[in-house]
This record gives sequence, C-alpha cells and structure tokens, in this order.
Amino acid sequence: MTAILAAVAPFRGRYMASLGLVWLICAALIAIFAPWFSHFDPLQLDPVSRLIEPNGIHWFGTDHFGRDTYSRCVYGARMAFVIGAGAVVISLIVGGSIGLLSGYFSWLGHGLMRFVDVLMAFPALLLALFLMSLFERSVGNTILVIGLVYSATTARILFGMTLKLKSEVYIDAAICAGANHLSILLRHMLPNLISPLLVQASFIFAFAQLQAAALDFLGLGLPPEIPSWGNMLSESRIYITRAPWLLIFPGSLIIVSVFSLNLVGDLMRDRIDPRFRNDFSGV
Amino acid sequence: MFPYAIKRILTLFPTLFLASVVVFMFIHLIPGDPAAVMLGDIATPEEIALLSAELGLDKPLPTQFFIWFTNALGGDLGTSIFFQEPVTSVIADGAETSILLAIMTMFWIVVIGIPIGVASASWHGRWVDQLFSGGAMLGASIPTFWLGLYLILVFSVGLGWLPSSGFPSVLEDGGIGNLRYLILPSITLAAPNAALIIRLIRGSMLDVQREDYVRTARAKGLHPAKVAIRHVFRNALIAVAAAFGFTFAVLISEAVVTETVFSLPGIGRLVVQSILRRDYPVIQGVMLAIVALYIIINLLVDLVYAWLDPRVSLK
Repeated sequence: MTAILAAVAPFRGRYMASLGLVWLICAALIAIFAPWFSHFDPLQLDPVSRLIEPNGIHWFGTDHFGRDTYSRCVYGARMAFVIGAGAVVISLIVGGSIGLLSGYFSWLGHGLMRFVDVLMAFPALLLALFLMSLFERSVGNTILVIGLVYSATTARILFGMTLKLKSEVYIDAAICAGANHLSILLRHMLPNLISPLLVQASFIFAFAQLQAAALDFLGLGLPPEIPSWGNMLSESRIYITRAPWLLIFPGSLIIVSVFSLNLVGDLMRDRIDPRFRNDFSGV
Repeated sequence: MFPYAIKRILTLFPTLFLASVVVFMFIHLIPGDPAAVMLGDIATPEEIALLSAELGLDKPLPTQFFIWFTNALGGDLGTSIFFQEPVTSVIADGAETSILLAIMTMFWIVVIGIPIGVASASWHGRWVDQLFSGGAMLGASIPTFWLGLYLILVFSVGLGWLPSSGFPSVLEDGGIGNLRYLILPSITLAAPNAALIIRLIRGSMLDVQREDYVRTARAKGLHPAKVAIRHVFRNALIAVAAAFGFTFAVLISEAVVTETVFSLPGIGRLVVQSILRRDYPVIQGVMLAIVALYIIINLLVDLVYAWLDPRVSLK
C-alpha cells in the first residue's frame, strides 16, 4: 500500500496527468482482458451488416467487411501495448547500452557516437519506412524497426547523462576503492539512470504509437488483417464521408493514449534530477 | 567565432561522408539479389543480370561505393528504374511542391506557434497557459494523417472551401492562386511542429525569466511588456533557433505522410511510392539529398547559434 501511495504521490494536484494515468491503466486492463471486453470476434466477417452506424449491438458501428469496430478497437489496444512495449525494450537495450558504454569508455564513444549522429540525420519515419521495405510486414518486424529507429535518440540522451555521472565524486571514489568497470556501470551508474530511462521510455512509447499508425497508414506496417488502430484508420479512409465513425473511434483512441503518455512523461520529467531535465528533446 | 566556424565546417565533411556510406549500404541490406528484388517476380535471369551490370552490382563493394560516390558528387544519382529518368530530374520534379509546402508550413508555425508560446510563458501557471500548453501537447499527439483526413472532410467535402488533393504548379494556369491547394496540407503539417515550437518557446522563456539581467530590467522599472519582448523573448529565441534542426527532421517525416494524404506530387510522396515500387536508386538519391540538407541545416543552425550566443564558441 505504501509503495502505491509513493508511486502516485507526484500526481497530487496534476489533474490532467492523473486522468492520463487512469486512462493508461484502463487501456492496459482492456488490452490484457480483451476477450472479456469485446462481444464479437474482431476478425469475424459479416457482409450483411456492412457499414452499420453505431447502435446498441455494434457500439462503434461496423466496417466495410461487417466487422465490429468496438471489438476491433479493444483488440487494437492490445496491439498498441505490444508495439509500444516492444519498441521501448529494444530501444532501451540497444540504444541504452550504446549510450552507456560510449559515455563510460571514451575511446568507444568517439567512434560509436559519430555513427549515432549520422543515423540521427535520417528522419525517423523515413528510416523506419526504408527498413520496413527490406522486411516482411509483421508485428515483430514493426517492433524491431521502430525500436531500432529510436535507439539512436536513446543512445544520444544516455551518452550525455553518463558523461555527467562519470564526473561525480562517488564514481571516483568507487574507482579508488578498486571497483571494476562492470560493478561501476551496474551498481553506481545504472541505478542513477533508472528514472531518466523511465521518462525516455514513456516518450518512446508515445512516439511508437504515432510511428506505427503512420507506417500502417502508408501500407508498410502491420499486416493488414491484424486489428490495430492504425490499420483500422488506413482501411477505412476511403469511407470517411460514408462512415465517419470508422475513423473517429480508432483515431480518438490513438490521440487519447499518446496524449496521456506525453502527460505522464512530462510529469515524470519534472520530477527527475534537474541535471538531466534538459537532456530530453521533443514533446 | 572564426576558429569555431572553421572547426565546425570541417566536421561537415566526415559526417557527410559517413552518411553517404550509410545510404550506400542500405541497398546492400536487401536480402538476396537487389536487382532481382527491384525487378520483381516476372523478371528473367537475363534482365536481372543486365540490371546488375548496369547498377554495377557485380563489382566489389568498395569499387561500387567509389563509383557511386564520385557520381553523386558530380550530381549524378543514377537512373530511376520506374521512370527510366535520371534520379536528379525525378527529385527536381517534386522539389517545387515540397519547397512551397515547407515555406507555407513555416509561415503557420511562426504565425501561430510563436505568439501562443509567448502568451503561454507570459501568463505562466494561469488558465491561459494551461489551455495553450495542454492544446500544444494535444496537437503533438494527433496522427498527422488523421488530422489531414478530417480537414479534407470538413473544409473540402463539407464546406467546399478548399481543394482536397493534388497541386498544379504555380507556373501553370491559376498561377499563384494554386497555392490554395497547399493550405490544408500546410496546416496539417504545421500542427505537430507548431506544438513543438510553442513548448520550446514557453520553456526557454521561463528559463530566461530567471536570469539576473531580467530581474535587473524589472528592478529599474522597465515596462513588463518591454522586459518580455526585449529581454526575455529575444534571448528565448536563441534556444528556438538551436532546435530548428530537430524541427526540420520532424517536418520531413510528417511531410511524407501529409503529401500522401493530399496526393501532392512532392518528394515525400515520391519516397513512399519509390519504397513501394522498390525503386532503390530513387530511394538512395532522396535519402542522400535529405540527409545532406539536414546536415547542412544543422551546420547553419550551429553557426547562427554561435553568432547569437558567443558563449558557445568559447566552450
């Protein structure tokens, strides 16, 4: 109980961020228990009831194949979490270790960070599009590509933070005490980087949603049969005048989720060590 | 300043060289034979061999890179497989649309983003600030294509005020009036970027407000508006100038989506279509052009930054 109270303490007085957190928790529960929340199979075709307006049975209406939009939105939440979490894990592991090691070992940093700088010259979506064109459209590949694209940003941010930490007295003390590199990195540096990493994770999670939706829309994201919010928007864009609800629901879900992630990320950024606050760029 | 500028300009060359190596290596990341992938399933082995020879894919990698790099330096980016035209002329065809779109987008960003950012910082913590800051964050959370589709629905389909797609050149019939085709796309593209600028200006103005010289200006009885504009805003713009490079990268990414939504004949849509067509010479050419532009813009940003804030070159 005290742990929960400590975790929610920063949200006191920040109503919007609190609402964001509540939404994210609800969305996570919906994603986990998707079969309980949906009353239709998201893939079940029903040509008779095509493009039906929202009503008591089909809460969010049906799409051009007669599939229930509400159930597809519920399963879409699952996809959103899988993609967001996957991209976060990949970019934190790949980008995080590049940044940490480059910051700690300056001989490594000179070469690696130059390469990261070059990668950062490629606009994120272009890089993701190009990488996707090399692979097949699949959930795993979408996660991999988005994760790799944001690895460069993560590496850059972590590199700066590691450099700052390296000049701390307690690191010198650890070196003097005879600690080896592994123990300095894992026991002295990493614990101090946990909260900035969490902030970065929340922003990557948000960016990943928008990137995945854009990739789906351009036809280079998840396979078209998978119910994701981006795919739903992409498929129904031609019905925008006939069936606007097909775009309103998945679109609003993306916006509310990304907005909530940004709010929570912002709040966490305000709470972390002031030395690191300016290292984060972007919204 | 001068030693800094020269040092900074000299770093341009290795970065550009490394970037071109990365762009060049992209084509070799394609699993299997790139020529076979580009020509698709219906190609005969002879056609594949012919294209391989034409692209020089049968030569050793360093030789291929040397040929490609020297050609690119001379302005020859190869030939598009789809258009059967030089890549440079394919890019040049899309340049007008993309450049005009970028200019109009920058116009909205400046006209909307800067005043809102300043207002937000001036009334920091009040409801105006909360409304604008919240709105900015919401603006950055909207998928670009979704916003574009709804703008089309409301202003083209519903009200019939503005065209929904395409862009005839300003040199054709209609002249400068053809720019109305770019109004909705530029607003779509400006939304996430304006949001970024609002937050940047607000943040940097709040930082500057804590400086000693601002307190001095206030203490000597200067009018609050004068302090805000002459001391705070002008110095806050330095941080915004520094972030311009980042904004440019976001702009390019979003332009790819926006041009696709509005079917604009620009470079962004060219990239998407070339990727779907596996037209690798065009992809390589556009990537190289965009990255080079980005690196040069960042160089200019750094130089302007050093000029605006002389402390930078002393570091």
